[in-house]
Amino acid sequence: MGYNKVACVGAGITRFVRRAKETGRELAWEAAKMALDSAGMTLKDIDCVVMGTAPDAFDGVHMKGEYLADGSGGFCKPYMRHFVGGGTGVFAPIHGWQHVASGKFDTCLVVCEEKMSSTFPHPQGAFITIFDHTTEQALGPTLIWIFALEMNRYMQRWGLSERDVAKVSVQNKANAIDHPAAQLGQKITVEDVLNSEVLAWPVKRLDISPASDGAAAIILTNEHKARQVTDKPVWVSGVGWCLETAYWATRDLYYPVYVEKAAKMAYDMAGIREPDKEIHVAEPYDPFDYKMLHHMEGLLLCKRGEAAKLVADGVTARTGRLPCCPSGGALGVGNPIAATGLMKIIELFLQLRGEAGKRQIPGDPRVGVAQAWGDLMQVGTVVVMNR
Amino acid sequence: MLNEKLPGTPMSSEEFEKAITIEDHPALEYAWDDGVAIGRYLKELKNGRIVARTCSGCDRIMIPPRMFCELCWRPTDEWHFVKDTGVVNTFAVTRVNWDASRRGPNEPPLMPAVIEIDGASKGMGILHLLGDVDPKKVKIGMKVKAVWKPEKERTGAITDIKYFKPY
Amino acid sequence: MAFTERLTRNVDMTAWHGKIPVHYRYTLGLAGEKFFTALKKDGKFLATRCDRCGITYAPPSVYCERCFDALDTWIELPPTGTLMSFTVVTEDSSGHALKEPQIIGAVQLDGADTVLIHRICPHCVDCLCPGARVKAVLLEKKKRAGGINDIVHFEILE
Repeated sequence: MGYNKVACVGAGITRFVRRAKETGRELAWEAAKMALDSAGMTLKDIDCVVMGTAPDAFDGVHMKGEYLADGSGGFCKPYMRHFVGGGTGVFAPIHGWQHVASGKFDTCLVVCEEKMSSTFPHPQGAFITIFDHTTEQALGPTLIWIFALEMNRYMQRWGLSERDVAKVSVQNKANAIDHPAAQLGQKITVEDVLNSEVLAWPVKRLDISPASDGAAAIILTNEHKARQVTDKPVWVSGVGWCLETAYWATRDLYYPVYVEKAAKMAYDMAGIREPDKEIHVAEPYDPFDYKMLHHMEGLLLCKRGEAAKLVADGVTARTGRLPCCPSGGALGVGNPIAATGLMKIIELFLQLRGEAGKRQIPGDPRVGVAQAWGDLMQVGTVVVMNR
Repeated sequence: MLNEKLPGTPMSSEEFEKAITIEDHPALEYAWDDGVAIGRYLKELKNGRIVARTCSGCDRIMIPPRMFCELCWRPTDEWHFVKDTGVVNTFAVTRVNWDASRRGPNEPPLMPAVIEIDGASKGMGILHLLGDVDPKKVKIGMKVKAVWKPEKERTGAITDIKYFKPY
Repeated sequence: MAFTERLTRNVDMTAWHGKIPVHYRYTLGLAGEKFFTALKKDGKFLATRCDRCGITYAPPSVYCERCFDALDTWIELPPTGTLMSFTVVTEDSSGHALKEPQIIGAVQLDGADTVLIHRICPHCVDCLCPGARVKAVLLEKKKRAGGINDIVHFEILE
């Protein structure tokens, strides 16, 4: 195809917490340094840096990319910042992939950071501007409205109940107990979810991932460098991204077309024809429990409307045929907006190397897909990795 | 493998209240230009009407109106008035405000909805509120009609429609 | 390709007015907490040193931006330094005239390799020149809150 093979050779991540003492730069440094150490590399070995971080309004720091540069290893290096809402964490490795696949650079440090705890009265207030300033904000919307509207439409289209959807939260939060970065790993039941406070029916508190601070980082290199650094490189074999219209109320929300398009782009590049059979492990984006189902369908891991049945039948459990969110996902590990997707990429990296510890899925998985989503129900970013 | 002890120092809300922090209230005020399409949309709302734009490339009647078609990538063609009735595509019921505070016990819940407007192309929805209806009785597919503010109270805003109610 | 309609009179232009209604509370961070606590309690200036690069950071950092090492060598610096550059500001950030001009300087504390931005004593306006020796003037201890304004300004030493 005319571009170089790109491998992930190292990873670092901070704890995901409701509020961190560290500044955003310190969080970025902690993750980036850990990634370098894990690969036995130093900043001198890094040719370029890409940084993914969500709107400046979350951390409350204008020109946040520039602010975070030195904590991300960007001092006097070619550095780029990108942002596509919650899709950022899986877009970050795509952005890094472009730098190395092009042949322009041999190595790239990919860092994602978020420090939402600075926003008052509540981080969700910073989201109000996601709505159209003239035709929507005067109605006093909250971010949860959009999710509730989408969840209701999805459930109604496929005849699902809140109970069906709650099983995802139970699965993912339980998985997160085994993740050292996890903010909300816990054993809960479907009844706990159904009895939790209704925030915007049908969305309840335990259907949602928490607001978080955190950072994550990975190292991408070309094949030559990868073989020097590790005997277990994990290849970025497919990348895809797609953005839908911001006229979100003119789209039927029950199916994420933009995720499907991004997935097809990635699968095509990776040579995957039957994702429901060829993918061994998946990390679909799960800021809300119903989103994991929504995204499993957009990722073509099952037919439309069938994702809830896969969860109910245990297919998506760690010991199932197609483990989904073995990390614990955003629901369990936490959701520092830009860093969450990269946490999922790191999970694939560890799973495919057999290094996920207590979270390790059995059976020698070789191919995984991670996906993130964001903006106004708009963006799909997808990465396929394999060993 | 990830270490059991990862970097990152959590602070509880009590620790946060006791710690030295720096507070900032930036004055983020904006005047967002309406442009031609939304300018006319708001003007017609003040007149008690909803206006859309047409695209002859894809034959859509689009609301909110826009001066270029995002599918055909060409300027839109004409203004077209649509009805102030529609169908509920989806809805939610909430007692939580934008800043995470809760509505008082005597305040009714908010019911945001996507309403597909009659006269526009299928699926053309706008975000608005439902009102004057028991939340338990709301259904996807329900027919609703705009309840307007009295003419002298209308200012040229989306809130010139108070809410939509079943009819 | 042009739009089929345009506004041709500026009186026809309309806008929607609104705000982004959030405010912020920032933690000081790992390095900032130590620096500002020492300033508040003891009136001291702390810095961190990277032995590999030979750079002293004041205000301090827990990592070296150049080599990325963790920095755990903390040292105390004197409250004196050199004025590296300065400017005289006559308007506030909204463009309104200030009652009195304000002097802002970049100060390199003795022993540091980085600079600290702060106010320079307004009475020193006639002594301003790059290279001038300066000293920090602090608020009295009971008024210090653990922030950058615990330093009133830097005054130029004769």
